[in-house]
Amino acid sequence: MKSSIVASLQQVSLEYGETQALRDLSLEIPAYCMAGLIGPDGVGKSSLMALLAGARKIQTGSVQVLGGDMADAQHRQQVCPRIAYMPQGLGKNLYPTLTVFENLEFFGRLFGQDKQERAARIADLVQSTGLAPFTERPAGKLSGGMKQKLGLCCALIHDPDLLILDEPTTGVDPLSRNQFWELIGRIRQNRPQMSVLVATAYMDEAQRFDWLAAMDEGQLLACDSPENLLKQTHCDTLEQAFIQLLPEHKRAQHEVLSIPPHSSDGVVAIEARQLTRCFGDFVAVDHVDFRIERGEIFGFLGSNGCGKSTTMKMLTGLLPFSAGEAFLFGHPIDPHDLSIRHRVGYMSQAFSLYTELSVRQNLELHARLFHIPKAQRDQRIEEMLTRFDLHSVEHILPSNLPLGVRQRLSLAVAVIHRPEILILDEPTSGVDPIARDNFWELLVQMSREERVTIFISTHFMNEAMRCDRISLMHAGSVLDSDSPKNLMKKRGLSSLEDTFIAYLEDVQTNEESKSTEPISLTVENAVKHNLKSSKYKSFSLQRLLSYSLREGMELRRDPVRALLALAGTMLLMFIMGYGINMDVENLTFAAWDQDQTTASQKYLLNISGSRYFIEKKPIYSYQDMEQRLRSGEISMAIEIPPNFGRDLKRGATPKIGIWVDGAMPTRAETIKGYVQGIHSLYLSELARESGVTNQMGLVDIALRYRYNPDVQSIPAMVPAMIPILLMMIPAMLTALGVVREKELGSITNFYVTPVTRLEFLLGKQIPYILLGMFNFCLLVALAVYIFGVPVKGSLLALTFGALLYVICSTGLGLLMSSVLNSQIAAIFGTAIATLLPALQFSGLLYPVSSLEGAGAFMGQIYPTTHFMIISRGVFSKALDFSELYSYFIPMLLAIPILTLLSVIGLPKQER
Amino acid sequence: MLLQKTSNIIQLGLKELRSLYQDPAMLLLILYSFTVGIYASAHSIPETPYRATLAVIDEDQSTASNRIIDAFQMPYFLKPEHIGLDEMDHGLDSGLYTFTLNIPPKFQQDLLAGRTPSIQLNVDATQVSQAFTGAGYIQQIINTQTSEFIARYRNIESSSIEAVVRMEYNPNLISAWFGAVNEVINQITMLSIILTGAAVIREREHGTIEHLLVMPLTPVEIMLAKVWSMGLIVLVAAIFSLFLVVHIWLNVPLYGSITLFIFGTTLLLFTTTSMGIFLGTVARSMPQLGLLIILLLIPLQILSGGKTPRESMPELIQHIMLIAPTTHFVILGQSILFRGAGISTVWPQLVALAGIGSLFFFSALSRLRKSLQ
Repeated sequence: MKSSIVASLQQVSLEYGETQALRDLSLEIPAYCMAGLIGPDGVGKSSLMALLAGARKIQTGSVQVLGGDMADAQHRQQVCPRIAYMPQGLGKNLYPTLTVFENLEFFGRLFGQDKQERAARIADLVQSTGLAPFTERPAGKLSGGMKQKLGLCCALIHDPDLLILDEPTTGVDPLSRNQFWELIGRIRQNRPQMSVLVATAYMDEAQRFDWLAAMDEGQLLACDSPENLLKQTHCDTLEQAFIQLLPEHKRAQHEVLSIPPHSSDGVVAIEARQLTRCFGDFVAVDHVDFRIERGEIFGFLGSNGCGKSTTMKMLTGLLPFSAGEAFLFGHPIDPHDLSIRHRVGYMSQAFSLYTELSVRQNLELHARLFHIPKAQRDQRIEEMLTRFDLHSVEHILPSNLPLGVRQRLSLAVAVIHRPEILILDEPTSGVDPIARDNFWELLVQMSREERVTIFISTHFMNEAMRCDRISLMHAGSVLDSDSPKNLMKKRGLSSLEDTFIAYLEDVQTNEESKSTEPISLTVENAVKHNLKSSKYKSFSLQRLLSYSLREGMELRRDPVRALLALAGTMLLMFIMGYGINMDVENLTFAAWDQDQTTASQKYLLNISGSRYFIEKKPIYSYQDMEQRLRSGEISMAIEIPPNFGRDLKRGATPKIGIWVDGAMPTRAETIKGYVQGIHSLYLSELARESGVTNQMGLVDIALRYRYNPDVQSIPAMVPAMIPILLMMIPAMLTALGVVREKELGSITNFYVTPVTRLEFLLGKQIPYILLGMFNFCLLVALAVYIFGVPVKGSLLALTFGALLYVICSTGLGLLMSSVLNSQIAAIFGTAIATLLPALQFSGLLYPVSSLEGAGAFMGQIYPTTHFMIISRGVFSKALDFSELYSYFIPMLLAIPILTLLSVIGLPKQER
Repeated sequence: MLLQKTSNIIQLGLKELRSLYQDPAMLLLILYSFTVGIYASAHSIPETPYRATLAVIDEDQSTASNRIIDAFQMPYFLKPEHIGLDEMDHGLDSGLYTFTLNIPPKFQQDLLAGRTPSIQLNVDATQVSQAFTGAGYIQQIINTQTSEFIARYRNIESSSIEAVVRMEYNPNLISAWFGAVNEVINQITMLSIILTGAAVIREREHGTIEHLLVMPLTPVEIMLAKVWSMGLIVLVAAIFSLFLVVHIWLNVPLYGSITLFIFGTTLLLFTTTSMGIFLGTVARSMPQLGLLIILLLIPLQILSGGKTPRESMPELIQHIMLIAPTTHFVILGQSILFRGAGISTVWPQLVALAGIGSLFFFSALSRLRKSLQ
């Protein structure tokens, strides 16, 4: 069986910007066995795996997987149901707000399994991985080890023929690690046709594999079985063998680490007394005591989720404690005490540096924030770059670096200000053995020479052995605390791992019975046929709906968002319905009456008596007028000249000066209209009194305001606000759908599963269309029942129009999401793409026909314009389909165009 | 100590600027919104009435009726369309015309006989912006035309009082002037709120906030860093846009003291960036933030007095909108840039902006402190 090949690479090269990840690599990976990739961080292991899984686009060379070329989209589509890929990082391809069960369901649906099959498979998988009791827990709240198990379950749900695992056990505790490999062993027993490819930093794991490929700097060093590799290099352990395989200059750097003993000076650096932390009912840390002396290396060993990180966070002041006390150098911990922070260095479990700053910029920022004097700063940064071997990557962004190198950067940042206490939460997870030794060399040097106190948590037993003392933790409490040798002595065991497990077994009285049976995928044969038939469909409604369901669930898990969307639109409808008023009233004016006769007063009375104008105190001079117009206190000034009354009587046509503030043209225009109207009215009255025909009396103009006889704003604005709100809110809701997955990593599922771009996008759109339609119903109800604006025309036409419109607006949001790569850009882009066109170019305030240039063009193609006409037509003008059909057509056209653009803008592989 | 704090604020702010620099799509969007966005928006606001649609049912077909119809000229009115009486309702219903004019049979005859014939003017009142001013224009045109027509046949009394209307500050009432400045204000608000709000959420979503908190930094420093860096970006973009796009490209004359306007803009930015941070602490995730921002921006853009006059809003809305910094800034911008007002005129707006800014700054700070604990 071993003779066959599952995947092969020929002369493959890959680069990201200036980094060369793979260099002309050729490799054949044997099928039906456990194949391993070993090598330091950043040698291209992850890139290689992403290429094999089809997650990354091939640049040069050829990659053959399962008998076909991965550059061929059709082949990828066909084989991806047979490949399972678990990317690096704890639970990166999981959806944190969904429960364990829902995550599994989602993947099952994606691979076209029906309800019965899914249930059977999920039951099998959670049973054998020990996740059964936690199926209702959100994935984001699982411990690291459990996340990895869940990731594996998700990968295994569709019986892959090739399982690709990228450092699956990084950050996983020893016990869970054992369980994990046992699980894979059992699955393989049951499915011998499955090939497994694993990248790992643990040499003891690699030892168990059937075949290994050792890599360095994007190239292959050697590939063979572990035994043969040992034989070739004449070494006893793989770790040594690997070092032997490295080129000469690299080998020289490595030397065996020796630790001088710790000499106590009696100063207590860290002390915790009965430290407790609860999250709701859950006690994460339960009355923990410890004392760490200055210069000591103190280790924390324990399973995932046992409270190590919580304890460390309490000591740094990041988390307040529920009970107990803690002291640093004898001072109680005060989160507001800035001076203590200078003395502490902390490295959190998850990478928490700026991915948008380069390695050097990150170091510089921290050096400056810790106020390392200018003279020493550059030197210190150089020292860190050298110490952590970061020179070659100093100008690269951390997001483009492998996990191990990022960890080294985090460490460098944590120690850059020469702290007296170092709190390190699993600092070496995912770091290769050589780099780990280098790092420990530094720790030892700091501890012994500079008397830095080091508090470290780890999953590596050889690291725990190097600590002066360790605490064994489990479920929030410390089981025992002593030097590693003493602990082993107490138990009479020869290895620390066995000692630790022995301690754990003491407390785990009711431990779940571990099944040693091979996984009995009883459902497998029954469903095989079914699976095959659904494999090659180019469009699958089920895959589409699986994304809809998932998106819908995420929306339900975040009720604030839906609530905000619904309540927010209602509130805005109120504010805008009442607030927008084109019926300009209450305009302020002041008069400068230099005549002060009955005639002039009568003239002014006509103006101040109208409902449009409010009179302010009189004007006394040009300067006064100028000043008050300028300050905006009045919008109009009227100057009546001296002798106005006398001239009028004589028929000498006196001139009245009217000054209007033109800063706001619409308002100025309206004022002009009003004042001229009042003026003519005054004249005709005057004429009637004196009995002459005046030009104003020639024709009678019967003016009728249709649809809204009183020209009230509410009946005009409410039907117009519905389109505005249904554009902005649904668009913003969908705008983050895709880009969020890109930013947080779960986009990989889209890359490596059979889901097509169209299924993915439409699937994501559907829940928001439904929410949008619900919102529409609420808004119509609000208009009818609260604002009293009746739907005079066809409600059906309005609803159908709204449906098309909401598809357009969600489609627009989705387009922004597919094309842009950061959430912030997506928000801004969507705001730009909706606010201006909807408020300005769509006929809300000005008819589209009166626009010109780019605005007119936008207005004509923008969906809001058309739905605005439909909405106004149905609400105010009692229209139905027959009169409005032409406005549905542009929206019907916009939908496929928007979708097509989104599909084009979203690559199916990472570039 | 103060020196160290200042240095922290500068360093953290520089970090924000670097982050932005890493997002070319975002830079492109900013560029778009402050150039093309403003140009398109300014140029699209029509003079009122402008290119209004008018249909005429001419049942008289006389010299007088033709004279009236020919008087409706671009740019105020698109060429009037002749339609039949039966098409009128449909045309208004489907929004083809905003106005229809019905000139009855024997119009000219009646006019000459002094029988005061009646012309029917229908207005689509859902087009609120054109309905009033348009109707006024049409009435005026009809009156002028008929009196000129009749003047050829008999003498009529001319107006006994002449009203001379002068438009101050923008004599030709070019809408683009006001539209451009108003759009600059909109973009300032939108961009500064989004940038700072997202910066806060991003720190949380990527876990970097944890890192900041173990360093000798206080929330004030973290916040001030975001305020100055994001504010600066927007300020530079706004000044650039005001000179190159508004002044040079759109040819809008800018009166008044530009320095004073920039000072006002700085105060506005202090307020809006604080609002952004406030929203960033209220929202738990980017999707929530996006929604909050949109919900805030719509009223800010429509009700600040930039789109429709403030005076005509209901009093309650006017009072509520006094909390919005943009309301004060719209007044300030208009006063300085169009009316050439100086500090003696606009000081109340400056004081209001500073007050609102401090209010948002301190509430954002206290929320940030709480959310970080």
